[in-house]
Amino acid sequence: MSLKADLEMSRRGVLVGGTAVAALTTVPAEGQAPRPAPPAAMPVSLEVNGKRQTLELDTRTTLLDALREHLKLTGTKKGCDHGQCGACTVIVNGERINSCLSLAVQHQGDKVTTIEGLGSPDKLHPMQAAFVKHDGYQCGYCTPGQICSAVAVLDEIKRGVPSHVQADVGKRPTASNAEMRERMSGNICRCGAYSNILDAMTEVAGARA
Amino acid sequence: MKSSTYERARTPAEAAAAVGRQQGAKFLAGGTNLLDLMKLEIETPTHLVDIQDLGLDRIEKTKEGGLRIGAFVSNTALSADARVRRDYAVLTRAIQAGASGQLRNKATTAGNLLQRTRCPYFYDPNMPCNKRKPGSGCAAIGGYSRQLAVVGSSDKCIATYPGDMAQAMRVLDATVETVKADGATRAIPIADFHRLPGDQPEKDNVLEAGELITAVTLPKPIGGKHFYQKVRDRASYAFALVSVAAVIQRDGSGRVSFGGVAHKPWRVAEADAALSLGAKAAAERAFAGATPTEDNRYKITLAERALASVIDQAKA
Ligand SMILES: Cc1cc2nc3c(=O)[nH]c(=O)nc-3n(C[C@H](O)[C@H](O)[C@H](O)COP(=O)(O)OP(=O)(O)OC[C@H]3O[C@@H](n4cnc5c(N)ncnc54)[C@H](O)[C@@H]3O)c2cc1C
Ligand code: SF4
Repeated sequence: MSLKADLEMSRRGVLVGGTAVAALTTVPAEGQAPRPAPPAAMPVSLEVNGKRQTLELDTRTTLLDALREHLKLTGTKKGCDHGQCGACTVIVNGERINSCLSLAVQHQGDKVTTIEGLGSPDKLHPMQAAFVKHDGYQCGYCTPGQICSAVAVLDEIKRGVPSHVQADVGKRPTASNAEMRERMSGNICRCGAYSNILDAMTEVAGARA
Repeated sequence: MKSSTYERARTPAEAAAAVGRQQGAKFLAGGTNLLDLMKLEIETPTHLVDIQDLGLDRIEKTKEGGLRIGAFVSNTALSADARVRRDYAVLTRAIQAGASGQLRNKATTAGNLLQRTRCPYFYDPNMPCNKRKPGSGCAAIGGYSRQLAVVGSSDKCIATYPGDMAQAMRVLDATVETVKADGATRAIPIADFHRLPGDQPEKDNVLEAGELITAVTLPKPIGGKHFYQKVRDRASYAFALVSVAAVIQRDGSGRVSFGGVAHKPWRVAEADAALSLGAKAAAERAFAGATPTEDNRYKITLAERALASVIDQAKA
C-alpha cells in the first residue's frame, strides 16, 4: 500500500469512527475477513481505438480511469461516476457501456472505442459533424458520451434491439424521434441541448437510411 | 473503494468454490450494481470472482418447451431475443423499462435479480439501516418513505426490491438454477427466491454464501397479452414508484405482479384469481394487509389505476 493511500485510509478511519476503525486497516477485527495488502495489481491488455495497450493496474481501476488517467484519453468524461449521467459512455466490442461502472480488468482483450477513436478534428465522424452543425451542446462536458451513445443508438436501432416506447416489441424499431429520445435517456445534459442532439441524430439517421 | 483481489473462474463449480472458500468474496457479473456500491463502501468484498468466462451467456430451449437463460446473458440480449419477444413479451417490456441502454448492455440476468434496494438510507452510510448494518435501526421508518414498501414490510425494514425484470419473471413462474460451493445444484421457484425483510432485512434472497446462479428457466409459453406498465417520476431512466407486470388471457383471467411496493415481486394468488372481476377487486386482494406510511399510501391507489389501465389495454 502506498504511503498516501495508507494515510488517506487511516485519516478516513479516524474521521468515520475513531481509532478502533482506523486500527481495522491493519488488524482485522473478529469476524472480518482480512484485507489484502498491498492493493492488488494486475496486467490488463485491451485494444483502444485500434491500438493494443498493456497496463499494470490496481484491480480497482475502472475502465474510465484507465482511459483517462493511464492512457491520457481525456475525451471520455467523468460526471457522476455512478452510472447515472452517461458522460463516461464508450463503445466496447460494439456496445455502449458506462465505463465508470466497469473494472478495467473485466476488459482483458476487449475492443474499446472512445470519442478520440470515432473521429479527429480534421476528419470528424458524421455524428461529430452533425453535433457541430446542429449545436448539440453548450458547455460540451457531456458531449463525448452523448456522441458515443448516439452512434451506438443508431446501430442498436439498425440491429433491431427493442425499446420501451415500441407499441409492438415483435416489430423492428425505426429511428423515430420518440425512439431516439427514449434510447438516449441514459445521457444527461445539464445545459439541456436535447432537442439539438435529436436534430443531429435525425440527420445522421436519415443520411444512413 | 476498498482494495480487493480479482480472478476469473473458468467453470460454474470453480466460481462457486472460489467464493465459498474465502470469506468476503463475491461474484462479479456486469458490475453495474456491485461496483456502484463498492465505490460507496456499502459493499466491501475482499475478493472478486468474475463470472464472464463460464459459458453462461446463452439462451437455449428446454425439453419442456421453455427457455433456459444463462445467468450472464445481458439484459439487452435477453430482451432482444426473438423467442422472448414473441412468447414472453412481458419480459422484454420489463427489461426495456429499466435503467438505460448503456446499463442494460452490461447488466446480466443474475445480477439484475440480485440488485440491491434503492432505499435512500441504505445508500447513506451516516444513517442507521438494518439492511446495510444489521441491528443499527431503520432510518426510513418515520423518515422519508415515499419510494418505500407498502406491503410485506417489517418493523426492521420497509425497503422495496427495485428491479423491473424480476416482476416479469414472477408472472412467468421462472425458476432460478444454482450451484453451491460444494457442487450441489438446486432449482428455486422465483416465488421463493426473494425474501420478505422480517427480522433479517440484510438477507435479500435465499442464496447461500458461495451459491452461484447458473441460469433462469422459463416454462413453456402461456399465451395471452403481455404488459409491463411502469409509473415513475420521469418518463425514462428512473426506478418504479409502482409497476404492473401482467399476462392477460382472452377471457380476462391472468396473472399480475406488482413492482415497487414490497421487498419482493408482489404476486398474490387471490389477486390473480380476481383479475377478471377488474382492477379494484384484484388490487384489494393484492394489498390486503398493507401497512403504508402517510408518504407512500398513494402507491396503493396508483397500483390499482395502473392495473386498470392494463386491463383496458387488454380489452382493446
Ligand atoms: C443509474 C442506474 C439506474 C438503474 N435503473 C434501473 C431500473 O430502472 N430498473 C432496474 O430494474 N434496474 C435498474 N438499475 C439496476 C441494474 O439493473 C442493475 O445494476 C443490474 O441489473 C445488475 O446486474 P449486473 O450484472 O451488473 O450485476 P453486478 O453488479 O455484477 O452484481 C450484482 C450482485 O449480484 C451478484 N451476482 C452477480 N451474478 C451472480 C450469479 N450468477 N450468481 C450469484 N450472485 C451473482 C454479485 O455478487 C452482486 O452482489 C439501475 C442501475 C443504475 C446504476
Ligand atoms: S427501509 Fe430497510 S434499507 Fe431502508 S433504512 Fe430501513 S432497514 Fe435500511
